[in-house]
Amino acid sequence: MFKAFLIKYAEIGLKGKNRYLFENALCDRIAEVLKPLGLYNVYKEQGRVFVECPDNFDYEETVEAMQRVFGISSICPVVVIDDTDWEILTKGVGDYVDAMYPDKNITFKVMAKRADKNYPLTSPDICKEMGDYLLRRFPELKVDVREPEVRINVEVRKKSYVYSIVIPGPGGMPVGTNGKAMLLLSGGIDSPVAGYMISKRGVAMAAVYFHAPPYTSERAKQKVVDLAKKISGYTGKMRLYVVNFTDIQLEIYEKCPHDELTIIMRRYMMRIAERFAEKENCLGLVTGESIGQVASQTMHSLASTNEVCSMPVYRPLVAFDKKDIVDVAIKIDTYDTSIQPYEDCCTIFVAKHPVTKPNLKKIRNSELRLGEYINELVDTAIKTVEIIEIE
Amino acid sequence: MEVYLDNSATTKITDGVRDIMLKVMSEDYGNPSSLHVMGVNAERHMTESAQKIADCLKVNPKEIVFTSGGTEANNLALIGAVMAYHRVGRHIITTRIEHPSVYQPLLYLEENDYKVDFIPVDSAGKIIKDKLYESIKEDTLLVSIMYVNNEIGSVQDIEEIAREIKSVKNDIILHVDAVQAFGKYRIYPKRIGIDLLSISGHKIHGPKGIGALYVSDSIRLKPILFGGGQQRGLRSGTENVPAIAGLGQAAQELYENFDQKINKMYSLKQHFIREISRLDDVRINGLPVECTSDRIKGEYLPEQIMKTAPHIISVSFRGVRSEVLLHALEERGIYVSTGSACSSRHPKPSATLEAIGIPMDMINSTIRFSMSDTTTKEEMDYTVEQIRDILPHLRRFTRR
Repeated sequence: MFKAFLIKYAEIGLKGKNRYLFENALCDRIAEVLKPLGLYNVYKEQGRVFVECPDNFDYEETVEAMQRVFGISSICPVVVIDDTDWEILTKGVGDYVDAMYPDKNITFKVMAKRADKNYPLTSPDICKEMGDYLLRRFPELKVDVREPEVRINVEVRKKSYVYSIVIPGPGGMPVGTNGKAMLLLSGGIDSPVAGYMISKRGVAMAAVYFHAPPYTSERAKQKVVDLAKKISGYTGKMRLYVVNFTDIQLEIYEKCPHDELTIIMRRYMMRIAERFAEKENCLGLVTGESIGQVASQTMHSLASTNEVCSMPVYRPLVAFDKKDIVDVAIKIDTYDTSIQPYEDCCTIFVAKHPVTKPNLKKIRNSELRLGEYINELVDTAIKTVEIIEIE
Repeated sequence: MEVYLDNSATTKITDGVRDIMLKVMSEDYGNPSSLHVMGVNAERHMTESAQKIADCLKVNPKEIVFTSGGTEANNLALIGAVMAYHRVGRHIITTRIEHPSVYQPLLYLEENDYKVDFIPVDSAGKIIKDKLYESIKEDTLLVSIMYVNNEIGSVQDIEEIAREIKSVKNDIILHVDAVQAFGKYRIYPKRIGIDLLSISGHKIHGPKGIGALYVSDSIRLKPILFGGGQQRGLRSGTENVPAIAGLGQAAQELYENFDQKINKMYSLKQHFIREISRLDDVRINGLPVECTSDRIKGEYLPEQIMKTAPHIISVSFRGVRSEVLLHALEERGIYVSTGSACSSRHPKPSATLEAIGIPMDMINSTIRFSMSDTTTKEEMDYTVEQIRDILPHLRRFTRR
């Protein structure tokens, strides 16, 4: 029975003069996710976004697609009544209730809004009159103004709109309204979640992945591409930089104390990620680090990896427990991909007992042992990067 | 140079196989059950294929059932025989080094109150025969033994085993998984006393998704797939005619110039083992003698090698993770497997390598090289050369 959706957005409503930017971004993003599904018409009108569906659209598929659009607080399948004439409106709302709740065994309340202030009835009048009409037509209905089972929303604009189903959206803000960031993406559980969370605040994403052939396999890389695709389901198109990290890693392995390998390696990852971030006009880096999760993520270790870049590093999972991260990973459907058993470059040479409280001065000294040659290797890694466009 | 040494995982189809499949798909695409001439033409491809396979095995074409591959052939053989003969007994005997498509159905039967004995093997991967014969009981119904092991290339003395078990109890059904052996040995089930024999298309330069089960006319099976009653009710479902034609063609081609092909593979295997054993800290698995490089350095082992399958060479490289070596070889155009490809995507150790007593660190350092009859000496030399080049580098960078 539904042919349209009314889309509600939360925080965008709070924005001042630039509100239209947010609304436009939201409309664009909705249009983008619906485009592969058919000819939808997405437009905004007086603080609402409407989605008109093609004739033979798939309801579930449409809702699912929009549930991945940040900025949407709720999705309401709506019935449009082409007129605002009271007779027609009441009949239309009555028919809606009849079709939606054939048993009529519900408590309800009518909620009304009128955008047209010249409409002969005020909002409270509409609620009251409509309630009376419905009770007359369906005597089995019961009114409950405090905790109704069903809220029948009636909005009177150029046309009239009726809805009673409210499907939660993901919240957040439309992607692209808040700049762009570079995600350090591994094959693990955490980094895709971190990317998702930052992106939810309206940030567009690019990503960098470090692979180490022959120590990591083509399948490990494919796994990261798959993860990037999952994230791009929320963020839209994303550019993935695949850096060959083997030589840098082996050089560190040979020259530096083994227990500092991971820390120094991560410092180089941050440096390289920042270089690509600059190129992409990103305003920050994003990692999936969480305090104390592993040796390289203690407060000491984070301080040590943090100091090598000047861009802000966003760590949305910093205070999350693993279980909470897993919950989000399952929700956004990256978990099953993340747990495929392919080794990534962080684990291949990891020491049995890596330092957990790296001393900054000591780390800097160890890095000096690498000499000029490491910079050549970094330049080569940057020059030979493989770029994959994720859509 | 591109060197494909993963022929035990799958093989490239021959031109002859490709041509006949193309013809069947584009011209003779009828349903073999249809009454019209298109159906008859399709059916003819099936009868011809069954005849070609039957010729290789010296059996009656009516004893060939086409399946979707080795896995289904093994499943049909085991489950089908047990369902048909469950009144005879509830005891089954197999080995510890079977392929999962034998092992798993037997575990399933074990869950359903059948008793399964898993007979151990020696360090060369050969079944300990005394234990096998001793374990035969009054109610032993079925014995299932693989001919050639897919991971290490060890070969069982099927003829002797068949004779012995039948002399102890003559109504035992003997199933042989010959997926890795078909085309490498002349196998005559009737002469040997094999009742059920599984083969697969894609291991013998035929297509994937097709296999066959030889079912001796002296036994009957229950089907495991039910439907339209195709293939005498034993395997319902419209037959995969293009693949069936391809399988027959592949089987026929296999036994052309057979001795010449096999001898060539053996001589390459000997050459490769001799060269690879010159490297430090390697071990050749599945040979009847202890074959670590410090013992056999460059030694010539023709007699031992002739007792193993001609195409499979399993080598452990101490201190190197096999997956890393695999990817390093891949970078140089050489394609191999770690352990067995079927289990390579699972991080659990190979049951076969464990069963022959390879220590855990060496199991994780094991590579399987598997040849076809088109493998050349140049390719094998190139492979040895590349390994010699990579090994010191990989051994320098290890987890400390």
